[in-house]
Amino acid sequence: MDPLSHPYMQHALLAGTTIALLAGLVGYFMVLRGQVFSGDMLSHVAYAGSLAALAAGVDLRLGLFAATITFAVGIGLLGGRASADDVLIGNAMAWVLGLGVFFMTLYTTHRATSNSTANVNVLFGSIFGISAVDAWLAAAIAGVLIALLLAISRPLLFASLDPAVAAAAGVPVRLLGPLFLAIVGATAGEASQAVGALLLVGLIAAPAATAQCLATQPWPAMALSGALAVAAVWVGLGLAYAIPAFPPSFTIMAALAAEYALAAVARRRSPRMMVNRHAALP
Amino acid sequence: MSWNLFEDLQQMLRFHFMLNALRAGIIVAVVAGAIGYVMVLRRESFAGHTLSVIGFPGAAGATWLGLGAMWGFFGFCIAGALVIAGLPGTRRAGGSGDVGGAGEQPAGVGTVQAFALACGFLFVSRYHGFLSGLNDLLFGTITGITDAQVLVLLAAGTLTLTALLLLGRPLMFATLDPEIAAASGVPVRLINSGYLVLLGIAAAGTSQVTGSLLVFALLVAPAAAATRFTARPAAGLSLSIGIALLITLAGETAAFFTPFPIGFWVTTFGFAAFLLASAYRAATDRFGQRWPSAPALSPAGGRR
Repeated sequence: MDPLSHPYMQHALLAGTTIALLAGLVGYFMVLRGQVFSGDMLSHVAYAGSLAALAAGVDLRLGLFAATITFAVGIGLLGGRASADDVLIGNAMAWVLGLGVFFMTLYTTHRATSNSTANVNVLFGSIFGISAVDAWLAAAIAGVLIALLLAISRPLLFASLDPAVAAAAGVPVRLLGPLFLAIVGATAGEASQAVGALLLVGLIAAPAATAQCLATQPWPAMALSGALAVAAVWVGLGLAYAIPAFPPSFTIMAALAAEYALAAVARRRSPRMMVNRHAALP
Repeated sequence: MSWNLFEDLQQMLRFHFMLNALRAGIIVAVVAGAIGYVMVLRRESFAGHTLSVIGFPGAAGATWLGLGAMWGFFGFCIAGALVIAGLPGTRRAGGSGDVGGAGEQPAGVGTVQAFALACGFLFVSRYHGFLSGLNDLLFGTITGITDAQVLVLLAAGTLTLTALLLLGRPLMFATLDPEIAAASGVPVRLINSGYLVLLGIAAAGTSQVTGSLLVFALLVAPAAAATRFTARPAAGLSLSIGIALLITLAGETAAFFTPFPIGFWVTTFGFAAFLLASAYRAATDRFGQRWPSAPALSPAGGRR
């Protein structure tokens, strides 16, 4: 039977493809700018925000996006000052996750109607359970964010590779940083709906890391990162459909990890790519 | 629950599971406080975070196979420590000051972490009826610690602390100045690997009390607070252990009397301790600079 004839599969493909493309493109800039650890932290924030919304009885996505975007813009405004202290970030990360546990308990004890799987879905995602409305909404938000990112991608690339020269050339570096992080926050919210709060780092970081192993020029690497993310989601969804024992979040992560492992091996065999990896500006 | 503190505590201690939780908490706090202090000095927080996350698929897989979560925690954490020790340049990449450094190395680590969590999720979903245990594995519980588990934790804790004491001097030397230590014949590479294994054991033990995702709080918060108070290693180490004990026991007590799990309380107390320590440090730094000049600026205020 054709897997595409199931509505749940169509919705998963629609949401999964757009979210993966967004995550791959955003992830490329995050790796380039050395902000992967912020993504790790955003996953904790996404969890706490989602459960706070559930505990308050409002739409989950409201808390999710509010928390991730606020947090990301906050980091961006703090600038380089806050990123220096890994001990501070580690402490804050642990505490934010602890807050998430607090809201989870509030949610499960004070709402008798609540379903116990909500927590698992927030943590590890449930892309097969996404409804038609949610899928279209997620795709629309992803489309807007992709358009926004592509619109600022040229100055952003310049500012990421050489902030000082970019600033001298009149690129608004101080404005681009927080704006990009706001997009990152929204992307984290989107990715969290597909693969769950705990695994969103994989969807954002892995395709970019893979692309950097394979491509030397920035624009091809960026396109490759998006394509790899989409491919991993398609492979993951197909595998999860074929083998019902595997949850889709796991198969997507496995596909991403396999891509990365293959690319790392491939690069080791051709060491010349290590040298001119960050080639030059376009 | 009455408001008589003494009676409440007595009532709490009448529960056997609570006694076990407190015993395990004391062991785990002492180990985590000591190992975590060295971790913060060595700037290996990122490795500690990875190791604690790796414990989750181990525990879930072991439960799925019917082996008991404890063996999965220890097995995966120690294996993970050996793998990290074997990676080239891990020390620099994890400890270059800014978190995880730039470029694709942290992206690789992030990929591995996400994949490890996804594997844990797979094992959990294969083991039907275990989904309620998922929260315990991730966020900790005070009700599930058995007598046998306390004994294993005690054995692992004693082993870890003994090894840390034996490594003590050369480890401090290799931590504070690796180049000179290597030049004067200290086997730095071996010591680094040995320390990572100890960190793995500590993370595995702590996971069983605070849950996989929140181990980091007990490893990093007391140590970070201690380094804000004093720069002397011996005093800092004792202080770190003391703070770890305090927040663990307070967290377990709070978890007993409230509906919120231990993970929330331990992270909250830990973060509060860290903030207090940071405020103390900021205050002493400011007044420490002002004190010599303060009497000169306002002599009347000083003599009043």
